[in-house]
Amino acid sequence: MSTNDSFERGEAALINAPITQLKAWLADGSLDAGHLTGAFQRRIDSIDPMLNSLISRVEPVVPRSDGALAGIPYVHKDIFCAKSTRTTCGSRMLADWVAPYDSTVHERLTQSGAVLLGKANMDEFAMGSSNESSHFGAVANPWDSNAVPGGSSGGSAAAVAARLVPFATGTDTGGSIRQPAAFCGVTGIKPTYGRVSRYGMIAYASSFDQGGVIAKSAADCALVLGEMAGFDPKDSTSSDEAVPDYLAGLGASIKGLRVGVPTQWFSDALDSAVGDAVTAAIDELRAAGAETVEIDLPDADIALAAYYLLAPAEASSNLSRFDGVRFGYRCEDPKDLQDLYERSRSEGFGAEVKRRILVGTYALSAGYYDAFYRRAQMARRLVTDHFQRAFEQCDVIAGPVTPTPAFDRGAHSDDPAKMYLEDIFTIPVNLAGLPGMSVPAGFVDGRPVGLQLIGRHFDEARLLNVAHQYQQRVDWHTRIPPLGGDSSNY
Amino acid sequence: MSDYVIPSGWEAVIGLEIHAQLATRSKIFSGASTAFGAEPNAQACAVDLGLPGVLPVLNEGAVRMASLFGLAIDAEISRVSSFDRKNYFYPDLPKGYQTTQLARPIVVGGQVTITTGEGKQAREHTINVTRAHLEEDAGKSLHEDFHGMTGIDLNRAGTPLIEIVSEPDMRSPEQAVAYARKIHAIVQYLGICDGNMQEGSFRVDANVSVRPEGETAFGTRAEIKNVNSFRFLQRAIEFEIERQVDLLETGGEVVQCTRLYDPDRDETRLMRTKEDADDYRYFPCPDLLPVVLDEATIESWRAELPELPDAKAGRYQSEYGLSAYDAGVLTASRATAEYFEAVIARDGADPKLAANWVMGEVAALLNRLELEINECPVPADKLADLLERIGDGTLSNKLGREVFEALAEEGGSVDAIIEARGLKQISDTGAIEAMVDEVIAANPGQVEAYRGGKDKLFGFFVGQVMKAAKGKANPQAVNDVLKRRLDGPDDPGVV
Repeated sequence: MSTNDSFERGEAALINAPITQLKAWLADGSLDAGHLTGAFQRRIDSIDPMLNSLISRVEPVVPRSDGALAGIPYVHKDIFCAKSTRTTCGSRMLADWVAPYDSTVHERLTQSGAVLLGKANMDEFAMGSSNESSHFGAVANPWDSNAVPGGSSGGSAAAVAARLVPFATGTDTGGSIRQPAAFCGVTGIKPTYGRVSRYGMIAYASSFDQGGVIAKSAADCALVLGEMAGFDPKDSTSSDEAVPDYLAGLGASIKGLRVGVPTQWFSDALDSAVGDAVTAAIDELRAAGAETVEIDLPDADIALAAYYLLAPAEASSNLSRFDGVRFGYRCEDPKDLQDLYERSRSEGFGAEVKRRILVGTYALSAGYYDAFYRRAQMARRLVTDHFQRAFEQCDVIAGPVTPTPAFDRGAHSDDPAKMYLEDIFTIPVNLAGLPGMSVPAGFVDGRPVGLQLIGRHFDEARLLNVAHQYQQRVDWHTRIPPLGGDSSNY
Repeated sequence: MSDYVIPSGWEAVIGLEIHAQLATRSKIFSGASTAFGAEPNAQACAVDLGLPGVLPVLNEGAVRMASLFGLAIDAEISRVSSFDRKNYFYPDLPKGYQTTQLARPIVVGGQVTITTGEGKQAREHTINVTRAHLEEDAGKSLHEDFHGMTGIDLNRAGTPLIEIVSEPDMRSPEQAVAYARKIHAIVQYLGICDGNMQEGSFRVDANVSVRPEGETAFGTRAEIKNVNSFRFLQRAIEFEIERQVDLLETGGEVVQCTRLYDPDRDETRLMRTKEDADDYRYFPCPDLLPVVLDEATIESWRAELPELPDAKAGRYQSEYGLSAYDAGVLTASRATAEYFEAVIARDGADPKLAANWVMGEVAALLNRLELEINECPVPADKLADLLERIGDGTLSNKLGREVFEALAEEGGSVDAIIEARGLKQISDTGAIEAMVDEVIAANPGQVEAYRGGKDKLFGFFVGQVMKAAKGKANPQAVNDVLKRRLDGPDDPGVV
């Protein structure tokens, strides 16, 4: 990737270029949008059969737009409705469902001129941390085909890591953007709850679900998030807080920035090599002028327990509409209404979805509500209060995204509780509705490790800048997995 | 009114849950229309269908209407109310849950006054309202015309409702009906519900229990669902009281249950018992923010309140001198009050005369034609024309009735009918005197007998004059002239 001559510019240059660079080439006429789209399509053709990161391909339509993302290809996590596209949510229940309307996120990206190339694989209904619960098969981690890509936005993270697209949308309910971004060595941001509209994003747990971006760098995330974010009259929980120019905020020095380090997160539960990588990343922030302060976040385990009651409770209600009556999977020859319900849902949902529906139904049942749902809500409040107190001492929090690097496929198949532990550092952020990022911070045994950055409510601009300043000093995010194809950096 | 009497030694305890559809143009959580009668599923958008990914947005008009109701019954309007999900599976419930308000309803408390009986038997009762909350209606399951299958029409899904829950304050079917009618009148006065019971805009569920007289603990109750007329409400509660008293008097016990009133067989039938009731797994709806109302908004709504039935009835008594009973009848529905007020809007109108006509001729006509007052074939301005002609003596009451019938059957103007049919009353004193003199001249024997003390013969003379006038003579004028001629001096020239 050495030449500036557009005619000599190879595919490697295109697939590795920052979005701002692609925009510059498109703007000066040295790159044609059709050519750009074609390059990524060919890349998908050659690489994705190894990964299974996409559920559907979409015939690209280059929107007439001179918006901020004009001509830039991307994929949606298959949880976002885009009119006339199959939108499966990774489930047999919606395997053939074609969305008749646009999600607000899709509408905004289309207005910005972004070009949709496909719908990314995901854990069924966003329930999972390994992408193994997808009805459409597991996704390979581009860095190691034995490793999971993380989940639930596993397809999005793998696609960006493998340079199949410059960016992908994702959603994060308990870590579903940050954890796969960490496992795949890419940058992901889950904004503050309410920052990005949930309209047209198929609900898992409504009070946690939040759309966001996975891209190659903090700068690319800043550009895309700026286009996705903002108040939506169709989502009552979306915020009317003004959206700052994230890209413009990326130059600021982080000298004197107070970085909170939650000591409790660096315990025996954390893989020591992962801990070392994260500590090194925090040292790098200090080298850039930040100060570190130890902070107290004692309740990651309480958060985990609360989440695995509250999210399933909401899911049990949100997924009631999948009953075989109006849309989605319907069983063959139902003999009566009860049979229609039972078999459509038994056959249409996979094991993990059914497990969470059962847990959630139980938690809301008469006689159990106070013991489970109400206590979990109290725990949620407690976790939120602890974050608030921590932010009195610091401006951002830095720590690990996950306790371990990407684990092997099948490693947790028989033990859901162990799988749930993967989310222990990401879930507290969702309980409090805070923005969080995952930034590539090194490798352990060839598998990527992520640094998590957590900000105050609506402090995405600061988070993105901290991540960007870090990425000015390191090159972890520019590493490319050894997949073959026309990429020359390995 | 029914003359039903509760079995002696027993007391009935009744509470009502009333669902009133709010008259917003669009649905409570979507922009789809709420108009009745469209093609099935023509008014169900992505949100109403519960498509994957859609979200509800609260219609502020529904909040305003629910608050108006609360203000009208002197209830507390919650400064913060919120929505919950009631989870259950049913084909016409698209999301698998109903969005409603359980924990924090928008309207808390309040009361209405009802009157039962007439005249000396009239009694006032205060019925307390527990709460009124906002919720969405479900769609409809259609079991006919689908050859063993069920059709689902989701046009109604998402129509805003307020559910008005009373305390168990009523002690007779008559009180329950009076309460339901009062709520019906209030929502119509407020313009927040069209009150159409046939189309299901106003639906009543009744909780009924009985207990021995003097007992203070409540008996086990049965809930009667979806009664769609006031007459059926009366009958359903009567039936249910009898059923429960029979059970208890024969050593049985009442089982808590939900029942359906069947008007064809005039009985309530078991739908389900408490044992197979659903666990609705209520929890706060995470898609909707709490509804927060400030003082200024609530006060601006209070300023919007129209004159309500009780205030209007009071004014009819003090301002127009109507009896409490008449004022009650005329204000029982907004449409009747509007009709009455349109009639008396005419300069010089006599409110008592108008009241008699509205409650008499107009009510009888509507009854005969089975029409509502807003469909009355004699519009209020025509009746006002007619009463004006009675007032100025052009028509007698009797001729007035003839003109009224003609208006009802053929329409047209009052004066044209009078003219065409030659119904004009003869009030001209000269003409009447001439007729009276003829009658006196033609009946000397009767005149002598009358003057000799046979007073009853006065009616005979009236009849003779009326006959001569073909019924069109002004009766008062005929009386006056006859009295003068018969009772006064012999010589007509003296008058």
